[in-house]
Formats: sequence, structure tokens, C-alpha cells
Amino acid sequence: MAGMDAVSDTPLLPQASTLAERVDALFFTLVGVDVVMVLVLSGLIVGFAVHYRRGARVNRTTDAPETKTEIVWSLGLLAVFLAIFVWAAHLYVEEASPPNNALEIHAIGKQWMWKFQHQNGRREINELHVPLGVPVKVVLATQDVIHSFFVPAFRVKQDLVPGRFRTVWFTPSRIGRYHLFCAEYCGLDHSRMRGRVIVMEPAEYEAWLADVSAEPSPAQGEKLFSSLGCIACHGAGSKVAAPPLAGIFGKPVPLKGGRTVIADETYIRDSILTPEKQVVAGYEPIMPSFAGRVNESDLTRLIAYIKSLSGEEGRP
Amino acid sequence: MTADISVRKNYLNRDYSIASWLTTIDHKRIAWLYLVSITAFFFFGGAAATLIRLELATPAGDVVETETYNRLFSLHGIVMVWFFLVPSIPATLGNFLIPLMIGARDVAFPRLNLLSWYLYVIGGTFTLAMAIAGGVDTGWTFYTPYSSLFANGQVVLAVVGVIVAGFSSILTGLNFIVTVHNMRAPGLHWTRLPLFVWANYATAIIMVLATPVLAITLLLIALERIFGIGIFDPKVGGDPVLFQHLFWFYSHPAVYIMILPGMGVVSEIITCFARKRIFGYDGMAFALLAIALIGFLVWGHHLFVAGESVYAGVIFSLLSFMVAVPSGIKVFNWAATLYKGSVSFETPMLYALGFVGLFTVGGLTGITVAATAVDVHVHDTYFVIAHFHYIMVGGMVMAYFGGLHFWWPKMTGRIYPDRWGRIAAITIFVGFNLTFFPQFVLGYLGMPRRYHTYPDEFQLLNVLSSAGAPVLAIGYLLPLVYLLYSLKWGPVAGPNPWDAKGLEWQTPSPPPEHNFDRLPVVTQEPYAYGLPKRDSDAARS
Repeated sequence: MAGMDAVSDTPLLPQASTLAERVDALFFTLVGVDVVMVLVLSGLIVGFAVHYRRGARVNRTTDAPETKTEIVWSLGLLAVFLAIFVWAAHLYVEEASPPNNALEIHAIGKQWMWKFQHQNGRREINELHVPLGVPVKVVLATQDVIHSFFVPAFRVKQDLVPGRFRTVWFTPSRIGRYHLFCAEYCGLDHSRMRGRVIVMEPAEYEAWLADVSAEPSPAQGEKLFSSLGCIACHGAGSKVAAPPLAGIFGKPVPLKGGRTVIADETYIRDSILTPEKQVVAGYEPIMPSFAGRVNESDLTRLIAYIKSLSGEEGRP
Repeated sequence: MTADISVRKNYLNRDYSIASWLTTIDHKRIAWLYLVSITAFFFFGGAAATLIRLELATPAGDVVETETYNRLFSLHGIVMVWFFLVPSIPATLGNFLIPLMIGARDVAFPRLNLLSWYLYVIGGTFTLAMAIAGGVDTGWTFYTPYSSLFANGQVVLAVVGVIVAGFSSILTGLNFIVTVHNMRAPGLHWTRLPLFVWANYATAIIMVLATPVLAITLLLIALERIFGIGIFDPKVGGDPVLFQHLFWFYSHPAVYIMILPGMGVVSEIITCFARKRIFGYDGMAFALLAIALIGFLVWGHHLFVAGESVYAGVIFSLLSFMVAVPSGIKVFNWAATLYKGSVSFETPMLYALGFVGLFTVGGLTGITVAATAVDVHVHDTYFVIAHFHYIMVGGMVMAYFGGLHFWWPKMTGRIYPDRWGRIAAITIFVGFNLTFFPQFVLGYLGMPRRYHTYPDEFQLLNVLSSAGAPVLAIGYLLPLVYLLYSLKWGPVAGPNPWDAKGLEWQTPSPPPEHNFDRLPVVTQEPYAYGLPKRDSDAARS
């Protein structure tokens, strides 16, 4: 999984939204303030400690005006802190108010994947395509626990709260592929609830949006089903003892160990990538993992095919 | 034989039986009961941390299973927060020293004090049972609805353990407040109270006022898990964010439970080894109370991206900057205390100076996360992990070790090898920075916390951090060896090996059962390290 997420063509933390530069400006100002304060304080401490070390012949008579000194540095600190507060709050309020013309995309988080739906209905899983230079507002909802939508390259983060819609917005400013992380601990595979945000030229985005052939279709899934060799075990008439897939989508599946899961997108996805984790009752754990061999788009196609076997519409 | 007869009876040698320890109501012995128990939990929680750092040395999950990893970081948090940090200084050094420092025979309620320790042990037993039964994977924060509706682990056992331990800290706080109000020796006005006592007094206020809210909140989780009552579950009318408000209403003040006593320790050590009065006594005592009180009003800064309103976020940010001012005053005053002093560098002083440096970094990065727009980016990343470890470990644990080394001769009557003490202090300082500094960078680059696996580009910094962990571990194991060694082979300390001024140094080491042979009378300020010597020093001894 880690290899699949590597973003090699970009610096460690690119500034990929209009907000990123402004957050960095504040952040590095704060780092500057921190460095100066640490140097001043450790300079004072080490300087005094060495200069007034025991045995040194120095003048130790003192009548430092304590209260006056304390008031001076309290007011100094207060002034610096208030300036930082105002600067940060200004940005924060802006981050909370998306422009009216923003492109709206809907997102659903669930253990442990991201699902997105664009305005024309096109959907994707664990990938989010967005146009360069256009304000994008993502409406966030969660199907189970709290998740958090975090794109470091954009410097944005927003929790997905059960029972509410939350929004996050950004204007992408750099073409590229960037990490999407779940930042709020959400259970077992929290660290694998990762995706990618792909920033494209607006024209390219429009073309991508309109390209229905890229939509996962059951037919493409069926092709993969045979080319990857799934059919050898799961196909009708196979001699290998593998659970049949027709009609299972959306139905409860009894697992080895007594638990039951609903065969939804997540379950099928997990069964392809980590088959040994949830073995159907009555079968041996003989299926190999396809992690690294199928990408996210192929997964959605395979899922679309398996759905179609239950008479469902071929869209994830 | 004659030597035996001349050995004074003290609180340690008056009775060696185990029963005498388990039924003791002597605050000094109860301090030892706590010391032994929290040391066990410290190394237990530390072992979990070691496994975590081992796992994170590579991006893939290859040392432990994901589920095990999630249970390890939850165990580490629960054990370190509630079974080490919260009781660390108050229950050990606080218990031992507060009556001695105020010239009292014991705390106000000695039996209640013993009950506190038993509650701690019962809470700890629940926690161990939870760990043995498989643990929990909720993190120490128990966020709903994950903890209440989804987690499979021993959540009820875990919260019961924490609730019981919480009552232990409520009773300790209550005991300290009443003791400080009612049992001060003649002449010991509030303005003559050592800052260590002020710090524990401020801490006690938080313990008494905040901990009940934690108990209520965790009880609600247990009720929701067992009976399906809709407190936090939106499907039945609850609100998961309500949990975060309630939890941090305790847990943010609890951060101050975990740092104020350390500030008290450091004030005692720096004055003693600089041979100088504390700079700005009134300001220092006032700052402790200000932090304790304003600390109750900043909890919302944990929720900047969690679904509180923008206006709430802005107000909580402002209040968080306010609480940083008194902390700033303290750091400047410690520095100013060294000015014109006569500074020496024995083990406790190295820890105290280390505390000031690391606490400063922790405090300043606290300012960084109080700045709303920056927090949006670094929230729930390793930046926050680094920040609070600089406060909790760089601050509180350094102070705890400093205090332990400072008062060890008083508690045991023996001197430990100072050279080894200094080596350990420096090892801890170096190991700590190596472990946690890279995590600031990791967090800024975007690595989220509680990740079992992570993208390849974060590996270098994780390897650095993992390389620091064994150095830190050696630093923590060293004192275990030489302090135990000193119990038998250390030179006899005498009543006041550091030539310190507090009342606790005016009685033999180890102190007699009832602390003082004669009721002490206080005639001067707590830090009369006058240079040149004042007349009052002679009059006092």
C-alpha cells in the first residue's frame, strides 16, 4: 500500500493551494518567533549559569526591580501573542467561508475508504480529481465513525462528523497528485484510509468528467475478472473451492470465526487486497492477495462487475 | 552494637513488615507506595512506546499486526496519562513533602490518603486486566462514536479503571487543599509558602474540579455501550462532538495537572543551586493559579476542525494565547533567578535546566497550535505528538526526575553517585530531543498520528525518531540502577546535603515518623538564599 501512495514527482510538502502559501507564511513566522525566543532564553540561561557559576569572581549584588521587569515581559509576550492570534484567526475565518461560486463535490468517508461524487454524477473511490485554479467546496459526510479529510499539500483539514454535513474548501494552485489522509483515528485500518487528490487543468478536468468510458463498467470488470485469473476459482464450473459471487452483493456473508459482514464495496475491496483477513465460513484461506496488482480504478471496475452479478446497476 | 542503639528511629526503620507498609497512614510511606507503583506503570507504558517506535522504523506494518499496534498506542496513552503522569509528582513528592514543607505532622486526612493509593491500585488492576484481556484500540481519548458503538476491545474495563483512578486523584487533591489551608506551621503565611506547595495546591484545585467531569463522561460511554442510551450516537439523538467537549473539559486542565507540579519542583531546585531567592515570588505563585484557572477555559482548542463553530474556535484560540502568558512569565523568572546567583550543576540542577529548555520548546509550539489556521494543518499530526511530549516528557518527567534526585537524600537518608546522575540527565536530554524533535518536522510535512503504516517519504525522520528511543530508554534505566544501589551503599546524607532552606531540610534524613521533633516556627520567606548570608539564617538553625 505504501508504495502505491508514493508521490515521487513532487517535493515533500508542495504548496498546492492558494491557502498553502498563506498558512506557510504564518507558520514560518511562528517558527522564526520560536527560534528567536529559544535562542534568547537559552542564551540567558546558559549565559547566566556560566557567568555566575559557583566560584566565579563576579559582582553578585543586585536590586533588580522584579515587578517592573515582570510587567514589561508579560506585556511584550501579550503583544506578540495577540498579533499571532489576529493573523491566524483572520485566515481561519476565511477558511470557514467558501465562495458562492465554488465547485461542489460530495464526499463520504467510511471505514476505511473515501467516496466522491462530482456534480454530473461521476463517482470515484480514494481518488479526487479537481480542476486547477477553481475554488472547490467538498461537502463531507460519514457513514460510520469520525474521519478527517486532510490534504497536507492544501493545508486543509476537516473532520467528518456522524449526523452532520461539514464542508472544506480550497483553490488548487499546482498541477499534481497529492496525498489525502484520514487524520482522525477511525479504527483498524485508519492508516490505510488514504487516497490521492489529482489537480488537473480545468479543460482536462472537464474532459475527465465527461469521459463516461472511464466510468467503471461491469463489462470492464468482467474483462479484468478473467485476465487477473479470478475466474479460475470464482467462475462457474471451477474445481477450486471458492465462494461463488453471483448474488452476494449487499447480502450478509458468514465469516470463519462466527462473525457476519455485509458484502458491500468495502468488503469486496478488502477481500481482493487482504483476503486472509475475512475468510468466508466453510472455505480455506487460499486466495492470494491482489494488493499491488490492481489499482484503485481496476478495483472499482471489479466491484462494478460483482455488483452486476446481483442485478445491480454497474456503478460503485 | 552501640551503633545500632544510636541509630535514630525514623519513618523507614520503625517497622519493616509488609503489613506495616500496606496499612500505613504515614504520608511519607504512602509516597513510597505510590513511587513503587507508578515506576512499574512508567516502565510498562514505556515498553509499549518502545514497540511503537520499533514498528515505525519502516513504512510498512511489519513488526506487529495493525490491531496490535492500535492497542499498543492506546495502552501507552492510558497508562502514561492516568497511571504515571497525573499521580507522578503530586502523589509521590507532593505526598512526601507537603506536610514537611509546611511543618505539619501529616496530611489532613491520613486514612483518606491511604484510600487514594488503594483506589489507584484498584484502577491500575482494572487497566492491567484490560490489557491482559486484549486491550482497547480507542486511543487514550476514547472518541465516540468509535469507542461507544464500534470498538471491539475491553472499553468498559478500561473506562472503569480510569474512573476509579480518577477518584484517587480527587481525594488526593481534596487532601492537599485542606492540608495547605489548615495545617501550616505558625508563621507560615501564604506569602511564605514554597512554590512547590503553591504548585500542588493549584494542581489540587484542578483535580477536584475537573476529574468528576471525566468520570461522568466515561460513565456515559459505558452506559451507551451497555444500554444503547443516545448520548453521543446521532442515530438516537446524541452528538459525538459533545463527547469531545466533555472529555477535553477535563483533559485540557489535566494537562496542567501534568505540568504545574513540575514547575513547583523546578522553582525549588533552581533557587537552591543558584543560591538565590526566586525572582518574582508573587508573580510565580500568581502565575500558577492563573494557569490553573484559565486552563479551564481553553478546552475548545482541541476542536478547531472537529465541528465547533468558527466563533467558538476564535474565542478558544484567544483564551489559549492568554494561558500562555503566565507560563511565559515563569520561564523568564527562572532565567532571571540565575542572574547574580552562584550556580552549581549537580544532578537535580541539570534536570531543572533541561526542564526549562524543553518546556520552552513545548510551550512555544503550543503557541503554534493555538494559532487556529496553523492548527488546521498540524492538528492530529506528529507535530502535536511532539508538542505535548515536550511538555509531558520533556517537562514533567524531567521535573519528576529532578525532584526525585533533589529529595532522594531526604527520603532515603542516602546520597546517590552524582556523576552517574549527571550522565543519566544528559542521556535523557539527548535521547529525548533525538526522539521527539524529528516529529515536529514529520507533523508539518503531514504525517498523521496513530498511523500503523505510512508513506515512504516519511521514513528518514521516523528512523531518526526511533533511533532516539533506545537512548532515552537507557537514560531512564540508569537511575533505576544507581538509585537502588545508593539505598545500600550510598554515603549517609545528613539532614541538609544541599544546604537548602526549606523546612523539610530542618529535620533529620530520613525524617522521624512525625516529621519534626519540635513544632517549627517560620520567621522568613521560603528562599532565603541571601548573598551575603543574612542574620536570620543563623537564628533559624
